[in-house]
Amino acid sequence: MPETKFEPWKDPNEKPLIQFKNVSKRFGTFTAIDNQSFDIYAKEFFALLGPSGCGKTTMMRMLAGFEAPTEGTILLSGRDIAPIPPNKREVNMMFQSYALFPHLSVWENIAFGLKRDKLPADKIAARVDEMLKLTRLERFASRKPHQISGGQRQRVALARSLAKGPKLLLLDEPLGALDAKLRQDTQFELMDIQEKTGTTFVIVTHDQEEAMTVASRVAVMDEGRIVQIATPDEIYEAPNSAYVADFIGDVTLFSGTATNRTPGAKTPVMESPAVETTPEEAETPETETVETPEAVAEIGVPAEPEAPVAPETTTPAEPKTEAAPAKPAHGPQPNALGLWLHDKVWAKVFGPRTDIVRQLPPPSDAERKPKPADPETVSTETTEIPEGGITIDWAEGQPPLIALDGPEVEDGQHVQLALRPEKIGISKTKPDAVNALKGKVIDIAYLGNLSTYHVELENGTMIKAQLANTRRISRRDITWEDEVWVSWTGTAGVVLTS
Amino acid sequence: MRRVALIIVPYLWLLALFLVPFAIVLKISLSDIELSIPPYTPQLDLSEGWEGIKAFFAALDFENFVFLTEDDLYWKAYLSSLQIAIISTVLTLLVGYPMAYAMARAPNHWRPTLLMLVILPFWTSFLIRVYSWMGILSTEGYLNQLLLSLGLISEPLLILNTNVAVYIGIIYTYLPFMILPIYSALERMDDSLLEAAEDLGCSRLTAFWLVTLPLSKNGIIAGCFLVFIPVMGEFVIPSLLGGSQTLMIGKVLFEEFFNNRDWPVASAVAVILLLILIIPIVLFQRNQQKTREAEG
Repeated sequence: MPETKFEPWKDPNEKPLIQFKNVSKRFGTFTAIDNQSFDIYAKEFFALLGPSGCGKTTMMRMLAGFEAPTEGTILLSGRDIAPIPPNKREVNMMFQSYALFPHLSVWENIAFGLKRDKLPADKIAARVDEMLKLTRLERFASRKPHQISGGQRQRVALARSLAKGPKLLLLDEPLGALDAKLRQDTQFELMDIQEKTGTTFVIVTHDQEEAMTVASRVAVMDEGRIVQIATPDEIYEAPNSAYVADFIGDVTLFSGTATNRTPGAKTPVMESPAVETTPEEAETPETETVETPEAVAEIGVPAEPEAPVAPETTTPAEPKTEAAPAKPAHGPQPNALGLWLHDKVWAKVFGPRTDIVRQLPPPSDAERKPKPADPETVSTETTEIPEGGITIDWAEGQPPLIALDGPEVEDGQHVQLALRPEKIGISKTKPDAVNALKGKVIDIAYLGNLSTYHVELENGTMIKAQLANTRRISRRDITWEDEVWVSWTGTAGVVLTS
Repeated sequence: MRRVALIIVPYLWLLALFLVPFAIVLKISLSDIELSIPPYTPQLDLSEGWEGIKAFFAALDFENFVFLTEDDLYWKAYLSSLQIAIISTVLTLLVGYPMAYAMARAPNHWRPTLLMLVILPFWTSFLIRVYSWMGILSTEGYLNQLLLSLGLISEPLLILNTNVAVYIGIIYTYLPFMILPIYSALERMDDSLLEAAEDLGCSRLTAFWLVTLPLSKNGIIAGCFLVFIPVMGEFVIPSLLGGSQTLMIGKVLFEEFFNNRDWPVASAVAVILLLILIIPIVLFQRNQQKTREAEG
């Protein structure tokens, strides 16, 4: 991600390249795009992300000119593009199937668009060579599309769509046909090319990881609406709805009723959670004015107050992670020379042991002090909890959850607390954290660089916690059926009101 | 061993149904006409052993082929057949391509029905269909009645027994052979190719010329050969729909064989026809092979 603060969307003087103004698209009675307005700025790498059928492809096809909006206007550099046919637009598209002309060579494919512009032959040749160089395809210029690999075809399609130097390049699931490894490399290549050419890219994808990797901003779509437009880190760290939180990465959602906390409220952290009740202070009526609400939900439809239900645990496909703090280096010794041998030698050949986790010897948990999950708060956080925020009553017999930041809520409002697995700590003794819940390890998913623990609370709720595997497996001490504490800080979760 | 056994079946088939008959025809074409049964000499008499075979080969000669060059009827018939075959192939292509294109562009659920309609005529005997064209095209036929009743013409058109009727008959009969390969080529084509062409600056028409047409080239070639080759030797259509001035080698061959009972000359005509057709057949095979390679 370009970290050099490229943020034209924050500059009020910046003129957007693309403007969607109240655009709707209906096919018969089906509404594909529902009254959407948003801007895309020049040189942006803008991602339209959503599940299939959410309207993202329709959005792109309207930009390309293959579909016309039913209502509203789309402006390109301030001009309405509705009357401009696709072959006259300064917009080019890279198709999902690549749509390379099978009867033409790589060179002719790239030259195809330039020839339509009736450019002189030497200019065409120069431009094609430039494109071949950009995409490192010089050696394949005379091959036909069926004589090159999938990755090379992808690059030909990119070169062909870039050859005319469009104002806007549309990419329709450009990496969908590539295998995982190649896809990663190509993502960086795409970003590189985008930066080199300075072209505005709009990418359509259903792969959240891909969108977050390449894009400067991501628009998460659902059923014809854009739910949130934000930078990848904002989307991940501060989703504005349960839908976005759930769609991007892995998340545990707690639903419950919110109560504003009194300033300076203390939570009896050391109390046993099974008997813990809502702190009295939290229920005092004068706390309706909240002091510290900073992040305000953008598309916030207040949820209908439902009865607090048991939280849903959701399992999106691939966890997007940052490393969670490692467990303290204390644990069982490798109990056999063979294990050592495997880790040292065979692991390089056959890969790490995956079966061994089940055989972890019991930990010696007594003497060590557990750490809270979030390293930033380690030093400051004791039993004293900063003032402000809300408590969330979410289940009978479970302590209320404390969220120190988040949107303004009313007492009794139905909210959801979204927690990323890597923000949740897991320990064998009760940690010194704002939120701590007791449970049992049901499942451990070993992913190599990290492990995901599925912890079942006493009321049956499943929580996912993720730890980076900074230690060798044999030295980790949490295993199946262990009684553990999951904990997180007051700022780890995101409070969602919709 | 099993592979050999597997391969040998089609070769035996080819030997029995193509090479042996061809050898017989070739043999007859080198014989002399005679009023007997069968109406040519020499006969191969194996009872006399080696001497008989030698005598048989000694009696063979090329005089029938020489005769074909002496009478201008034959080469005129060949040329006329060639002309009719080429013109009707082009006409069939012009009629068939739009039909195949429309079929390939039709909504998915319509395509099986349309395909069915193209193949449907094969369910009736070819001969009956050609006869029914006589009913349509004759001076008192349905076509003339319709045109007269509409007031478009004041007296019946003379279509039957002219070359026009032959062309109509050929186009009608061979249209499916043109449509099917073109349709299969067009149907395989990815629609996004046309969108890509448009996206890169083509109008609809140039996109057709630069993308659709080149990509259906193999289908067009296959269709043309499938029409051209059989039309070259066509006999039924010219003899039923054509008039006395319609000169086609298939008709000449039939007349030599059955009216003249000159089997040796008729066989020579057939052999020459086959030699002429070998060129397009080889070209057709090569095109098919190229298509397969491009797909594989």
